Amino acid sequence: MSDLHLKTLSELRGLLAERRVSAEEATKACLERIEATEPTIRALLHVSAETALAEARTLDAAGPDPERPLWGVPLIVKDCLTAKGLPATAGSRILENFVPFYDATAVARLKAAGAVILGKSNMDEFAMGSSTENSAFQPTRNPWDPERVPGGSSGGSAAAVAACQGFGALGTDTGGSIRQPASFCGIVGLKPTYGRVSRYGLIAYGSSLDQIGPMTRTVEDAARLLQVMAGHDTRDSTSAAEPVPDYLAALSARGDLKGLTIGLPEEYWSEGVDPEVAECCRAAVSQAEALGARTVPVPLKLSEYAVAVYYVIATAEASSNLARFDGVRYGHRDKQAQDLTEMYTRSRTQGFGDEVQRRIILGTYVLSAGYYDAYYRKAAQVRALLRRDFDTAFQTCDLIAGPVCPTTAFRVGQMTSDPLQMYLMDIFTISANLAGIPGLSLPCGLGRDSGMPVGLQLMAKPFAEDVLLSAADVLERALPKLPRPAGLAE
Amino acid sequence: MKISREEVLRVARLARLELSEDKVELFAGQVGDILDYIDQLNRLDTSGVEPMYGPGSKTTLLRPDEVRRECTREQVLANAPETDGSFFIVPRIVSAGH
Repeated sequence: MSDLHLKTLSELRGLLAERRVSAEEATKACLERIEATEPTIRALLHVSAETALAEARTLDAAGPDPERPLWGVPLIVKDCLTAKGLPATAGSRILENFVPFYDATAVARLKAAGAVILGKSNMDEFAMGSSTENSAFQPTRNPWDPERVPGGSSGGSAAAVAACQGFGALGTDTGGSIRQPASFCGIVGLKPTYGRVSRYGLIAYGSSLDQIGPMTRTVEDAARLLQVMAGHDTRDSTSAAEPVPDYLAALSARGDLKGLTIGLPEEYWSEGVDPEVAECCRAAVSQAEALGARTVPVPLKLSEYAVAVYYVIATAEASSNLARFDGVRYGHRDKQAQDLTEMYTRSRTQGFGDEVQRRIILGTYVLSAGYYDAYYRKAAQVRALLRRDFDTAFQTCDLIAGPVCPTTAFRVGQMTSDPLQMYLMDIFTISANLAGIPGLSLPCGLGRDSGMPVGLQLMAKPFAEDVLLSAADVLERALPKLPRPAGLAE
Repeated sequence: MKISREEVLRVARLARLELSEDKVELFAGQVGDILDYIDQLNRLDTSGVEPMYGPGSKTTLLRPDEVRRECTREQVLANAPETDGSFFIVPRIVSAGH
């Protein structure tokens, strides 16, 4: 089947179950696609062709297993997640030679469900960035236009899925790092509720914000991956002991959007959004109304403060999390240092890139004596108010809708000299991380001027991924399907 | 600019980073701009608001305190920059004169 890589995850599952396609054929199709597209997009840091093919052959020898919902499905994993025996660099030189001996829980659950791991995707170093230009190894390009960024920090995962290198990928989202690259690359990206997916095995950036989620070509595919990954894990004390609904059943149960109320926060629909983005998002909301949804205005008055809160909390947590990279047990070590402190300092200085150093400096500053109350405590208080805003909004609506990002994918190099400007790209996504609620990016069209994909963001109450996914699934089926990415040869 | 060269150097020392002169200047400017931006939070009255340090459940789940052997010494040492086969080796901590 020459166009096998173009199938969705759900379509592939059917073909595998009926033995019309073998796991080895599916894996080979992806590896061939990787070979054809990598020179243009450079989405991957490591391709484990031999291991993946061996795993696929083992699966084929045993035969399809209805108990394993991802049997034979090739997937890609962001490089800040551990997968046994595969390098995990988190896009950083400091972890260049790190090969973990264990699987992250999310990865272990995918493997247990029968998935084949193809490789590791590129990312901004330690997930710090909005363009995948901060990777220590290579910038990834957008499959729709290689002159543009794929978004970040899960830009490698997004570009890989958009280019059909795999049938889905894992990303991580600290301030929008799943939703924004999904929007830029025209795919579906879901940041689950904080605690829905275990963070065990995730190389931490901002521990109270980070969440692992699926990046796929359809909403149904995202539901299938979340179904496998969700649920409590004793290895992560912040993972939630909440029951996991049957997401696919939720999808089947909903045929329209009747009875659903969608809140439209004025703060997300006003100035500062590119006209082409606003146009696509408004058309999608009109479509939702045509499908039976009622829309109401909801206030999210504190939205304008979200970026400021985020950069205090995320950098404070990062400065603490990244203290473990000291050259003692793993990672880069300076060999010339004469004493321990010098070894720490030189190893870290050589290993971390500029953006990581900048955020460590900021984070250490806001936590340092005399500034803690003024910055960190203050930010945590505003965070509580932001969450309260969402709780109030969700008393009058089931979902909140707005753009994912103020613009479509920007050009490579356009934002690199102004970190604050780059940080503002995350203004619509950050609030969901601060509040811990789920958010999904749904492709809703191509911008009239840029020709680049636009994502509509839908957010829901904590643990209401079933509502989020089922509504997004209905809307996805009604919206015009995006063409294939224009920047790649077929 | 809200943060001085000296403050950047002090914080870098705390964070175990060694910054070149160029980078001290660059970071002082950029971090200063970001702190100026963050200062907008002072427009909000947060008196009496309980800080939110994380969105997770407030109850801590307990698990049995059982010893589990999940990895071997070889696995733990496998990524070490320097070992003697049993331990991590690091440069001297206490100088010879002490």
